[in-house]
Amino acid sequence: MLQQSKLDSLFHALSDGTRRAMVERLITGPASVSELAEPFDVSLSAIVQHLQLLEECGLVKTAKEGRVRTVNLQPGALAAAEKWFQQHRERWERRLDRLGDLLDEEDEKETKPRRKS
Amino acid sequence: MTLHTAIHKSFVLERVYPHAPARLFNAFKDPAKKARWFVGGEGFIVDGATWDFRVGGWERFKFRFGEKGPPMTNDTVFMEIVENQRIVFAYSMTIGGNPLSVSLTTVEFVAQDGGKKTLLRFSEHDTFLDGNDGLDSRREGTTGLLQSLANELEKFP
Repeated sequence: MLQQSKLDSLFHALSDGTRRAMVERLITGPASVSELAEPFDVSLSAIVQHLQLLEECGLVKTAKEGRVRTVNLQPGALAAAEKWFQQHRERWERRLDRLGDLLDEEDEKETKPRRKS
Repeated sequence: MTLHTAIHKSFVLERVYPHAPARLFNAFKDPAKKARWFVGGEGFIVDGATWDFRVGGWERFKFRFGEKGPPMTNDTVFMEIVENQRIVFAYSMTIGGNPLSVSLTTVEFVAQDGGKKTLLRFSEHDTFLDGNDGLDSRREGTTGLLQSLANELEKFP
């Protein structure tokens, strides 16, 4: 649909608290579907739906071995997931950059009043 | 039943500025100065700002990323202020009317090189929150959130 549909689906996946918690769990290593579902007070089918969404956007891959379906976080997706939590840090990084620029500009104006209008 | 989760993250930023601590502190205290660095950036639209830099004072911002971006708020309350030395504040953010995060932040100004330079140490603990209603009814707000996130990520890859 949209050009940024990939990005949209990634952030749609991460916009939900349960799915973020599942991703957080997978950061520590692979897990079976039932292990993933265990901390949540929702049905297994709800967890499976969450997993489908996570898989569609490339955040996780699942593989079935015998009766057990194992879920793995995709390495590349980890960086993208981390971006979500880095929003505040990045926002403040940019603010502190601007703060430095502002003070530098004030100094420039003081020392070179004619060159900066 | 809708499940609500909170995700906790912390970070520390350290910057050395070639300016005295009082200059840095003043850029937090003086609204005219703070407006120039706190709210800004490309595509950033300010819909409202109030300033009240004192312990117990609230500073409230309404803004959007882009004309069509969802409305966002950033409300800060100051918990502790020591002139030229430290500022402790808490702030909450919402997007499209839904809670996004609650944060506790400490900014320390450490004089260096006989007061010619300042080490600014910024320490923050964030609690990221999911929406406050059911998955389906949250979709509308989420769509806006995604758009804003997508916009921001594309701008600052």
